[in-house]
Amino acid sequence: MDYFSELFVGGLTRGSIYALIALGYTMVYGIIELINFAHGEIYMIGAFTALIVASVLTMSGMSGLSVLVLASVVAVIYSAAYGFTVEKVAYKPLRQASRLSPLISAIGMSIFLQNYVLLAQTPDFLPFPNLLPELTILEPYTGLIGSTEFIIIVSTAVIMVLLTLLIRYTRMGKAMRATAQDRNMAMLVGVNVNRVTSNTFIIGSALAAIGGILIASHIGRINFYIGFIAGIKAFTAAVLGGIGSIPGAVLGALVLGFTESFGTGYVSSDYEDAFAFILLILILIFKPSGLLGHTTSQKV
Amino acid sequence: MSTLHATKYLEGLKHSAVISLWFMFLTFPIMVIRVNTIENIIEWRWMNLIYIGCGSFFLSFLWRSLSERGTRKRKLIDARNGEDRSLVQRILGERKIYLPTLGVIAVFTVIFPFFFSTYQTSIMTTALMYVVLGLGLNIVVGQAGLLNLGYVAFYAAGAYTYALLYQHFGIGFWIALPLGALAATLLGILLALPVLRLQGDYLAIVTLGFGEITRIVLENWNEFSFGPSGISGIPRPGLFDMEMSLHEATVYLYFLMILFCIITVFVVNRLQNSRIGRALLALREDEIACQAMGIDKTRIKLTAFALGSTWAGLVGVVFAAKTTFVNPASFTFLESAMILSIVVLGGMGSIPGIIIGAFLLILLPEYLRAFSDYRMLIFGIIMVIMMIFRPQGIIRSVRRTYKFHREEK
Repeated sequence: MDYFSELFVGGLTRGSIYALIALGYTMVYGIIELINFAHGEIYMIGAFTALIVASVLTMSGMSGLSVLVLASVVAVIYSAAYGFTVEKVAYKPLRQASRLSPLISAIGMSIFLQNYVLLAQTPDFLPFPNLLPELTILEPYTGLIGSTEFIIIVSTAVIMVLLTLLIRYTRMGKAMRATAQDRNMAMLVGVNVNRVTSNTFIIGSALAAIGGILIASHIGRINFYIGFIAGIKAFTAAVLGGIGSIPGAVLGALVLGFTESFGTGYVSSDYEDAFAFILLILILIFKPSGLLGHTTSQKV
Repeated sequence: MSTLHATKYLEGLKHSAVISLWFMFLTFPIMVIRVNTIENIIEWRWMNLIYIGCGSFFLSFLWRSLSERGTRKRKLIDARNGEDRSLVQRILGERKIYLPTLGVIAVFTVIFPFFFSTYQTSIMTTALMYVVLGLGLNIVVGQAGLLNLGYVAFYAAGAYTYALLYQHFGIGFWIALPLGALAATLLGILLALPVLRLQGDYLAIVTLGFGEITRIVLENWNEFSFGPSGISGIPRPGLFDMEMSLHEATVYLYFLMILFCIITVFVVNRLQNSRIGRALLALREDEIACQAMGIDKTRIKLTAFALGSTWAGLVGVVFAAKTTFVNPASFTFLESAMILSIVVLGGMGSIPGIIIGAFLLILLPEYLRAFSDYRMLIFGIIMVIMMIFRPQGIIRSVRRTYKFHREEK
């Protein structure tokens, strides 16, 4: 039972992180129907920025919560800026092109950003300081859940609620939903579609940065390559839940997190990365539009 | 008129200045600061900020003028009834120019190994291998429009077939060659079966997953594939039990690869205008309309995957024979991305384009050793820039057109 609950908490933690990244994929896909391959790299850049800022602040004598807050704010701002720029440079000129062009441009952007960080920083793993505070309230449950895991799960839940409120009740959220539903019609009723697209990239990238800081604190080391595999898994989660659907992305991420956690715990840890893809292929065979996605009928 | 021009120019400068400031802000933490968390040292590299500032200023200026030129050119093409044939295409259309060119290239390829070192010949062989890989992937991506991001899995299938057959049964190159192709074809059909219903991006991600699963299995299933350390001591192809030195073997492989290339070009060229080729094209353009025209969608998709992966299997066997060693690290996603870029940069669906693309992408990094650190960086930029300014590739494929000549009475 103990082993089970350990795996359960592990799965929940993984799932939360995947959800934060997957939301960026699914929102972007909902708006412009593009797999933003560079999204994983935005997450990696978020983690790197947080590491750099935190180190500079720590070395200049600051400590505790202020480092965490400042590093997170800067990382979120920078990730959002990168997301915004990537969209303007690599995707916006291709709005009218065929489906394949933006996808290849996205792969190119992803390779570029990886190597940019590799060359400007380091090819090695950097130790990432655990910025998250130790929570004393959790002491009686230490065997069950660590404070890092607890913070990850709680903050993800809070962010999900905020995001849902944003999309459901604000003017911007309404514009986003309208654009996702029908781009041309949204333009006709006066929605600034370009700004909506930019906003989507900014929100998605900010979420990815938060995910980056949380998971880097959890794992304790980062390098330029972490974005690639995390990005692919988060995308898997988004497809699993039905791409374009926000609750679907969260559900898909949790399913993926549990599958990986229990898979490595009970089957074999060698095939950790394979479970995600096997699950994806199985779900797509039986339900090609994902768990919560709706099938769109084609017209000729 | 001139004042208008000057204001426009000034505006462009202002725009570029804003962009360069933005990029200086954007790249600040990653380009300027480098922390060493072990020794607690912060390195400030202010020079990088200046480089970025100047670089992005000029690049944004260039970008602006390029996009303006692009718009102007597009208008020009529209005025010419959409006819846009590049210089190379016009050359290819002229028999008088193109036959001698072909002759020169043929002579050059034949004498190449006798004038250059073993190393050069070996690189050329690699480039030729990528030509065949590119042409194979082109059947799936360029002709059928099915984005396959796991092409490397079939390449691996061919390489491992030869390696394992030799390891367990001592089977030689020539018998392994068709068997490797067969293994890759079967794997292609195996992948195609579950993904028949998927389209576009879903297909892309599943094929990517498939490629990764193949690599992970090869890495971890020690009893089957000998894990990450791979299989070594695979023999090079033989010629009637002749003993060959390393140089002779390399030259022999080079000529073999040329032969394969010619066969591939011939087959792919014939395929393009065949019944299957036209069905693939119809599938790419519109699935529903393609079915309405009486094409069996399932069968044609399976055919596309099978045909594409056969070539990868063949080249896989050659790869194993060339390096005499296979391990899973040779078959990563990056390899798939590389082959895909060859197809895309060369021009999807265009055979000469893909040949040029393969040579550029394989040979340039080899001869630009000084830039080897920046290789992938430049590679990524080129992919983005190509998509924006020339999405049809170096040489765009020309659709077969039929003209009606009305008889005059």
